[in-house]
Amino acid sequence: MIEVRGLSKRFRDRKRGEIRAVDGVSFRCEPGQIYGLLGANGAGKTTTLRILATILEPSVGTAVICGHDVVEEPEKVRAKVGFLSTATALYPRLTAQELVEYFGRLNGLDENTLKKRIDEIFARLDMDGFRDRRCDKLSTGMKQKTSIARTLVHDPPVMIFDEPTLGLDIMTARTITTFIRECRDRGKTVIFSTHIMSEVEKLCDVIGIIHDGKLLTEGTLAQLRAKYGEQDLEEIFVKIVTPLQARVEA
Amino acid sequence: MARNAIGIVYRKEFTEWVRDRRTLISTVLVPLFFFPIIMVGFTALAVVMVGKAKEETPRIMILDGEDSPQVVAGLREVKSLEIAPYSANWKEQISDKEIRAAVEIPPGFQAALEKGEPKTVKIYYYEGEMKSSFGVDRIEKFLKDYRDQVVKERLAAKNVPPSVLTPFEIHQENVAPPEKVSGATVGGFIGYMVVLLCMTGAMYPAIELTAGEKERGTMETILSSPISRMNLVLGKFLLVLSAALATAALSVMSMGISFSALRHFNVTSGRGEAAGLLLQLGPKAVAAIFLMALPMAVLFSAVLMTIALFAKSHKEAQSYLTPMTFLVVIPAVASLLPGVELTPKLAFIPILNTSLVCKEIMTGTYHWNAIALIFVSTCAYAAGALFLAFKTFQRESVLFRS
Repeated sequence: MIEVRGLSKRFRDRKRGEIRAVDGVSFRCEPGQIYGLLGANGAGKTTTLRILATILEPSVGTAVICGHDVVEEPEKVRAKVGFLSTATALYPRLTAQELVEYFGRLNGLDENTLKKRIDEIFARLDMDGFRDRRCDKLSTGMKQKTSIARTLVHDPPVMIFDEPTLGLDIMTARTITTFIRECRDRGKTVIFSTHIMSEVEKLCDVIGIIHDGKLLTEGTLAQLRAKYGEQDLEEIFVKIVTPLQARVEA
Repeated sequence: MARNAIGIVYRKEFTEWVRDRRTLISTVLVPLFFFPIIMVGFTALAVVMVGKAKEETPRIMILDGEDSPQVVAGLREVKSLEIAPYSANWKEQISDKEIRAAVEIPPGFQAALEKGEPKTVKIYYYEGEMKSSFGVDRIEKFLKDYRDQVVKERLAAKNVPPSVLTPFEIHQENVAPPEKVSGATVGGFIGYMVVLLCMTGAMYPAIELTAGEKERGTMETILSSPISRMNLVLGKFLLVLSAALATAALSVMSMGISFSALRHFNVTSGRGEAAGLLLQLGPKAVAAIFLMALPMAVLFSAVLMTIALFAKSHKEAQSYLTPMTFLVVIPAVASLLPGVELTPKLAFIPILNTSLVCKEIMTGTYHWNAIALIFVSTCAYAAGALFLAFKTFQRESVLFRS
């Protein structure tokens, strides 16, 4: 389970001064549920998810993942989390298998368990044909599968996906969305950020709309439709964000 | 979480490192072939070139001297000189290397000699041109012999023995063993090369493991794994250190082979010109140099990693680290300057101290107090640099600089 409590992150920028990338964000995500964080570019999605993956430290607030505080026990949190984004690239000179083994070992898996896990994951993701091929020789689809195998190798109960389909072709993106659904079906807690409305509509159980670092609203798709009187998620998003945007611009 | 996380990171970094062709060049090929090429190749070439130049008969020109036929005839008789016919453009001919030198006999030279009046014979040459200097040497030798002959004749005319000019003899004799002589001649160069190659060996992996990781987008991947930042830094640092030490070890080994080859060349060719380079690199000297290079390699590895981490890309890191090369080269070169010797104060200046102590070691001198002081002080600097590397790896503003 993920519980985010009043999370804020401030950055200092020489030109713009202090920037509040995330501003008092709170939400919960239960096991077997996909929480979709929907927002435009620069809304604060990546920063929020990086904090949850303990890559960044919050300025204020905290989050608890599977009973571990992201500030107090970052290493324990990371052991419970699988983190995938378009920025999480692969080591070019390792083979697909070596890469997954590396992350398995870093997660403390013994050699026997690691071998079993890799065989199982590689079979499930149909990766046996390229397991000994170096990552710099893989196609985009193969790379994505290897990244998925990397996040799954230690069988984490929590999965964090930061715009995982950004820049991918339809077939590769489909592999990812299928995988996200599978994670939920296996009872994992899934948090997923995107700015693609259709992905949110298809995948997410709960949607949180984030803008300018603030979580403006959250609920199921049905709840949001009822609350804002719109059927189309894009219309709902625009209805929520536009007044705020106008205020910022004024 | 893994217990031996540092080892896991190290093994992975090592696997990637040995699969990188650029690594092979900077860590293995450069130290292995640089010394043989520089030391043996250039020295042998220089010896051969100097030998050839000496074998050549310099072509010179005699200016004036019509009223001094004796000295002119004497010059013409010197077998090791070829006399070119007079030409008004003799200066140009010297500059164009058509003749090597010109000797000007002043008017009335011979008559002045007979009267005992002093005159000046001028030799014109091309400064910095080796063959020209050989021509000058031969002219000068002839003139000195001629002058000595004149002095002897004058003394004989006055019944004074020639020994009156040399009431006593001066004789210089070297008492230092040959390895010390050669160590003093080229020992500083060894320290300089070890310092430089140690840094060269560390530079590429330091960039690759920090800025390179950011550029490829794998930094976020590794930071999302449960390894602690300290273990991650240590694993990476050990790989950079291994590269620096491998380069240093290969360069010391290569130096040993190069000097053996050079000695062989000198013995077989029977040339004495490179006698100063007959350096003995015994196991004790190799071990001592390696020991001194160890903390310096730690220092380089940690500093290079820290600086390279600030960069977003390989290119940017290279532009940050290029000035570092100068910072390292300057103290290393300073150790080569004549008169710069190891003092307690200099023992605290990093790089310079190691270069100087390597120079001492090469002469077979082991000042254990200085060695201990340099080892400890460099270790302290290295520890500081490593601590800085840890701290830098904790800074989000550095890791995610945009």
